[in-house]
Amino acid sequence: MTPVMVTGVGVVSSHGEGRGVHAPLLAGGVPPVLARAKDAPYDIHPTPELPLDRFIPRREMRQMEPWQRIGVHAAGIAIEEAGIKPQVGRMDVTVAAGGGERDAALDAAILAARPDAAGVHKMLLEGLRPTLFLAQLPNLLAGSISITHGVAGSSRTLMGEEVAGAEAVRVAARRVAAGTSPVALTGAAMTSDRPELLLLYGFGGALHQGPWAPLPARQGMVLGSVAAFLTLEPEGANAAPLARLVAIETSQGRPEGRVARLRALLDRVGHEAELVISTASGAPAATADELAALPRAPDLFTADLFGHSAEAAFPAGLALATYAIAEGRARRVLVTGCGQWRGEAAAILEAV
Amino acid sequence: MRVAVTGLGMVTALGGNAAESWAAIRAGRSGVRAITRFDTTGMKARVAACVDFPEDASGTPLVAPERLRRMGEAAIAEALAQSGLSGPFPGPLCFGLPPVEIEWPQRLALGAPDHAGMIAAGAGNATHYQDFLLGGVATWLAERFETQGVPQAVTTACASGASAIQLAIEAIRRGEADCAIAGGAEASLQPEAFIRFGLLQALSGRNDPPEAVSRPFTQSRDGFVMGDGAGALVLESEAHARARGATILGYILGVGEAADTFHRTRSSPDGHAIVAAMERALADAGLSARDVGYINAHGTSTPENDKMETLAAKLVFGTEAPPPISSTKSMIGHTLSAAGAIEAGVCLLALRDQFLPPTINQDDPDPEIGMDTVPVGRQHGFRAALSNSFGFGGQNVCVVVGAA
Repeated sequence: MTPVMVTGVGVVSSHGEGRGVHAPLLAGGVPPVLARAKDAPYDIHPTPELPLDRFIPRREMRQMEPWQRIGVHAAGIAIEEAGIKPQVGRMDVTVAAGGGERDAALDAAILAARPDAAGVHKMLLEGLRPTLFLAQLPNLLAGSISITHGVAGSSRTLMGEEVAGAEAVRVAARRVAAGTSPVALTGAAMTSDRPELLLLYGFGGALHQGPWAPLPARQGMVLGSVAAFLTLEPEGANAAPLARLVAIETSQGRPEGRVARLRALLDRVGHEAELVISTASGAPAATADELAALPRAPDLFTADLFGHSAEAAFPAGLALATYAIAEGRARRVLVTGCGQWRGEAAAILEAV
Repeated sequence: MRVAVTGLGMVTALGGNAAESWAAIRAGRSGVRAITRFDTTGMKARVAACVDFPEDASGTPLVAPERLRRMGEAAIAEALAQSGLSGPFPGPLCFGLPPVEIEWPQRLALGAPDHAGMIAAGAGNATHYQDFLLGGVATWLAERFETQGVPQAVTTACASGASAIQLAIEAIRRGEADCAIAGGAEASLQPEAFIRFGLLQALSGRNDPPEAVSRPFTQSRDGFVMGDGAGALVLESEAHARARGATILGYILGVGEAADTFHRTRSSPDGHAIVAAMERALADAGLSARDVGYINAHGTSTPENDKMETLAAKLVFGTEAPPPISSTKSMIGHTLSAAGAIEAGVCLLALRDQFLPPTINQDDPDPEIGMDTVPVGRQHGFRAALSNSFGFGGQNVCVVVGAA
């Protein structure tokens, strides 16, 4: 197997974009950027203002909603920082995604009118914009990345909340290691202030209410807008790799086996690390299990800095780990995560 | 390393298993009918290849995730029974699935007049949570069949089933697993998704008679017909299958893919991405174009797809004697996330029986197509077939299926 190197990182969060903004967060002491959700008594980490026209032409902007835009933007940063723009024609993209933004105004009108089924259909037929459908499809984040950045190798999208984010990176890394992918782009994005997501994750009963507090003291999830993309290449392909992705492992099963499964993953990737970054969601049971399985308390929770970003949480942890190594803060970093409902993941990154 | 298929399962509008579906496909029967599970008043398209369940007659049809679970479970159970594997499945699940979200009857049943009220009323609703998480259906299937690792809920739109097969054979080739369940299920035939596809101008507005609506490669084709369905394959390394004495139904010889950077719903005008996907699949299989004896087309019956697909096929296979090409979507509709899996299964059965499934409704062939579209099913000697799947978002995947 060929060693896999992280050669580019693109991150967007409520703090802004890129390494210059995010690497200093590792030192601690920076308060979270919080706002109140429009439609619910929940805090969220909002979507930042970004110079989106840097990568996304105006005609493409109209085809996307904020979730795709911040993802495409973060992917652009990763490709640019890796210096591999000339290689996009053979680049493989593996994305984890949930659904995109709905038409909140149309939904609100239907909720207010409470029509019968035929009335709902009539309002949808008259009110839906055709382009919104494509903006909503999970695989269209990868599709928009291909169209905007010219990425023309393989394109795959996995659904499944947190663990899909880790699984996407795992698949991309395994293909690079096996020599079947010359250059890979992988990651995810999520925007936070969305009624459909507050509804969905609210069904799980684990959204945090009340004043913000850091993990693990807080019981519950605070959603955050995050996009995190990594470029992966085989060792030797890129003259300036940022970190080595030594191991990444995922698993899934029923919640009662979660601690044992995460411990088994930690045994496989290796416990020893100077820095431990947890991508725990804040959902009480899964977070407690993650902490129980870890050999020591994490140094950092991505959810404290960025809010919880479901599919994007684990890639965001890997991005921070890469920055920690690239900035010389640590030589070996462990990243862990337990999905709010299902799935576990662990990865080790090392200095080059 | 060759990857063998040792089990096949299928649910289509033509039947609840592979044998029934295949018998009807061989006979050229259409599964397209008027939609009855919801009111189609005002909708341009009013027919589909429906897989209905008893609850659908109640006025509150099954939610998409429940339909996905039932069809996915039936297809996987059939494939596993054929493979002879039982108990915890010793490999991963790679399954093409559509995105799901709470549907209007369930939204309105929360009884709130606005988003804030709905979010408050829905808090802690564990049933909705497990139904509408995007990993929910794949997880349910994984726990039902005790598959290993993270179940991959794969979405590359209309190529999802083929992408799932690809992810599975890659895992087997890398030695991560000796076997895998690959497949897909589709149940987007609910009002909002149906309306959305209609607004994209993707669906046929022909409607009458239903069985004549899906008419790939004809001059009068005007859009696709949506279909419910599921397909599942048990895949194993050939060595693993032989060591346990399993009956090998055929092989997945290769998979190729290429992302199109041109447009979200249209191929590049020169067809280069779908050409590349077909050529990469052949290269991955170690075959040349003349080794392929049949193409199971993506063949959606949209003016754009059928033109571009046959143009690309002639670039790959030549204009002199390209292999026969047929679209079984003329009978089972476009099963979107399941199509790649169901149609790979159709190729296996076609190879087993040495029989080309037809494209029905070929009464006004488009002269621009210039290929044999198999208007009537017939016997045919061939050893390998190509199954094409092209997704919205430019995700093109081609699978080469080989005879046992």
